Amino acid sequence: MTDVALNYYTLGEDIADKKAPQVAIDKVWETRKFQARLVNPANRRKLSVIIVGTGLAGGAAAATLGEAGYNVLNFCYQDSPRRAHSIAAQGGINAAKNYRNDNDSTYRLFYDTVKGGDYRARETNVYRLAEVSANIIDQCVAQGVPFAREYGGLLDTRSFGGVQVQRTFYARGQTGQQLLIGAYQQLERQVAAGTVKMYPRHEMVELIVVDGRARGIVTRDMINGKVETWTADAVVLATGGYGNVFFLSTNAMGCNVTASWRAHRKGAYFGNPCYTQIHPTCIPVHGDQQSKLTLMSESLRNDGRIWVPKKAEDCAKDPRQIPEEDRDYYLERIYPSFGNLVPRDIASRQAKNMCDEGRGVGPAISEQQADGTVAQVRRGVYLDFSDAINRMGQKAVEAKYGNLFDMYQRITGENPYEVPMRIYPAVHYTMGGLWVDYDLMSSITGMFVCGEANFSDHGANRLGASALMQGLADGYFVLPNTINDYLADAPFEKLDESHPAVVEAKQSAQARIDKLMSIQGSRSVDSFHKELGHIMWEYCGMERTEEGLQKAIGLIRELREEFWRDVRVTGKAEDFNQALEKAGRVADFMELGELMCIDALHRRESCGGHFRAESQTEEGEALRHDDEFLYVAAWEWAGEGAKPVLHREDLNYKAIELKQRSYK
Amino acid sequence: MKLKLRIWRQASTNAQGSMVEYRLDGVSEDMSFLEMLDMLNEQLTEKNEEPVAFDHDCREGICGMCSLVINGVAHGPEVTTTCQLHMRSFSDGATIDIEPWQAGPFPVIKDLVVDRTALDRIIQAGGFISSNTGSAPDAHATPAPKREADTAFDNATCIGCGACVAACPNSSAMLFTSAKISHLALLPQGQPERYRRVKSMIAAHDEEGFGNCTNIGECAAVCPKGIPLESISRLNRDLMKAMFKGDGK
Repeated sequence: MTDVALNYYTLGEDIADKKAPQVAIDKVWETRKFQARLVNPANRRKLSVIIVGTGLAGGAAAATLGEAGYNVLNFCYQDSPRRAHSIAAQGGINAAKNYRNDNDSTYRLFYDTVKGGDYRARETNVYRLAEVSANIIDQCVAQGVPFAREYGGLLDTRSFGGVQVQRTFYARGQTGQQLLIGAYQQLERQVAAGTVKMYPRHEMVELIVVDGRARGIVTRDMINGKVETWTADAVVLATGGYGNVFFLSTNAMGCNVTASWRAHRKGAYFGNPCYTQIHPTCIPVHGDQQSKLTLMSESLRNDGRIWVPKKAEDCAKDPRQIPEEDRDYYLERIYPSFGNLVPRDIASRQAKNMCDEGRGVGPAISEQQADGTVAQVRRGVYLDFSDAINRMGQKAVEAKYGNLFDMYQRITGENPYEVPMRIYPAVHYTMGGLWVDYDLMSSITGMFVCGEANFSDHGANRLGASALMQGLADGYFVLPNTINDYLADAPFEKLDESHPAVVEAKQSAQARIDKLMSIQGSRSVDSFHKELGHIMWEYCGMERTEEGLQKAIGLIRELREEFWRDVRVTGKAEDFNQALEKAGRVADFMELGELMCIDALHRRESCGGHFRAESQTEEGEALRHDDEFLYVAAWEWAGEGAKPVLHREDLNYKAIELKQRSYK
Repeated sequence: MKLKLRIWRQASTNAQGSMVEYRLDGVSEDMSFLEMLDMLNEQLTEKNEEPVAFDHDCREGICGMCSLVINGVAHGPEVTTTCQLHMRSFSDGATIDIEPWQAGPFPVIKDLVVDRTALDRIIQAGGFISSNTGSAPDAHATPAPKREADTAFDNATCIGCGACVAACPNSSAMLFTSAKISHLALLPQGQPERYRRVKSMIAAHDEEGFGNCTNIGECAAVCPKGIPLESISRLNRDLMKAMFKGDGK
């Protein structure tokens, strides 16, 4: 097979992480912390750090660096730092506490995460994540995070997809909210103490790089449209994922890639952009006016059983009328040992397979097929709690999942205690992100990336309850113990407004805004976003093919050209202007979407959330090609219209043996 | 569904605002309230008019960013957030009034968008447990009785949307403040700062210009997270005790 992707990119030099010490895996973090240079408390007062984002990673980092005595400038686009989208995570947070005495350990959490990520994550980073996971729980309890408790007053845990131990700590179905409020409170405490200055309703629109070092950012004040520059000794991006490139996703409406993409254009490599996670338990799409999708926690799979009718002719029937023997509990059938708790990528793809076979449920919607014809397809599978209600009683089910059931009922108008829920996969999380080394520093010196915004810990698929773990690990424990090594050389030269690099960054941001305002075309920003999302979902979603991806790249290029010619942004630039905010974000999604397709096209293997139809086992499972693709794809921006440059970071597995993933 | 919308339009904080009427056709009852507004905004954009500015983000009822007074009720006819309100709660041909939160400490920024940073400043005054990163004991070092922990959780679910303030004739933020006081006062970790916290937070609440509580209960009636009035009683009990103690503002 010739690599058609070579028409779309060029190959650059290989790269490697140079920060992780070459010692046994369980000594790497300890050794690195000892080797990293320190900044003494008196000197920290002279140093400043810009942090963009206030979610679990950004908020925790801002609070912790503030406590340490640095001057922190923290930015977010929302009206308050408490609204960052970490808040919407429901299910829980993993930690290798082994409170259950079920044989859990740091090594097992590490192993499960690497395996769950289909052997495409960097070992050293993942081990560290597992190592600090226990500290996170301690820290959060001390802050007053009200985790679920048992009658003895100790913490309760539950199990999640892809593992066989109960290591997930939770706060009903609102774990993300509680953890974020914990971090937010610590952040506000530092704001009161004067160590952190908070700038809500400020959107980062450009990065300032001086002599190869990240030294600041340009923001747009979303209230009055003022474009301003901010400089510091280091810049941290904790700006979340880019799932909204698909238009419909479980991300908040404002989630965007702009901060990461602006940095990418200034030299930060983008790691594995095609690794996106499609979450299996979301509420199906109701119509074409839909603005976002709603996820229901994967914890539902602990007690709910997933099925579709065995016969296609039963699909329109009331599910309660379909007898037990005519139901296909397909996950329990195909994966007897993990059953309904297989990892997310597998659960999602099987749901798609069932619907593709014509056994989906719910309303039939018109869908364009690959051959151009339109077919009526039902996009949904049942998630049934009737067994659980019989076994535990409705009261117990209510106590465990009440808020999720209420949410489902509010959105669909159906009562899930009586009728099985309908679910379908939706874009949820992006494992890819800016490339970072072991210290979380990007390929731009002095720019660090934390949380979902970086590529580092989840490989090609993330396990449930690991996003919260990574966000807080990066923010509380990793970055605050690595950034000091960089800041040990600071303070750097003072920059004022008139420095050429500062002027250039501000001018280019302003020019872009002026351009968007001046087009005055005929199509709304949302209409472009929807069309882009449709292309991405169709060709770069749950199943990707060489032909489809090439087609998508062509379509995105056409759409981008049309956008810059015909977009309509109403209102004024120097005003509160939500159309302008969206336009800037969609413009960046258009460029990112193309890179995602190129990355997906070049990776001629299936791994985790990236499923290439050409690369599957006889049973239809993802088939990796470790001989060719055992590396991180780190993409370098080569300029407008130029082919991106691929830098490969080889993955070396020393502590874990590579295996074909199996959950049977 | 066909609708008649009357929406508050205000160009900026100091500009004069007014209710403006719009007609909208083809609304489906499965749409969320905000999707209905998206639809209106698409049509306004089509006509080259400026879309209606409104705050929203997660659209899952958890971030607390959405904030509309719908037909005179904060978050509208169902007790939930505006983003979780669906058009099936309205009838065909209905007239719907849409206004921003109205309270002195929440100045309008534009149209339906208001400034709620006063709530952040109340938290800054003491809505936290002072515990630096890295200093925590093992999570099981101090068991917390399940009943109290559950009630702490109930209060911690406050999303800081400000509906309680918008609903209160006194523009009081006592329900918001009491939710944080209750959350932290019911946990063993919150005890060392308990009385200092309540005094400082109430002082900040008053400084921001929020009114006092006169037990009307409108706040709890609209709270999308069901924070009960009992939380305000708990705050008052703690405040009384705190008056006899030396620490705090």
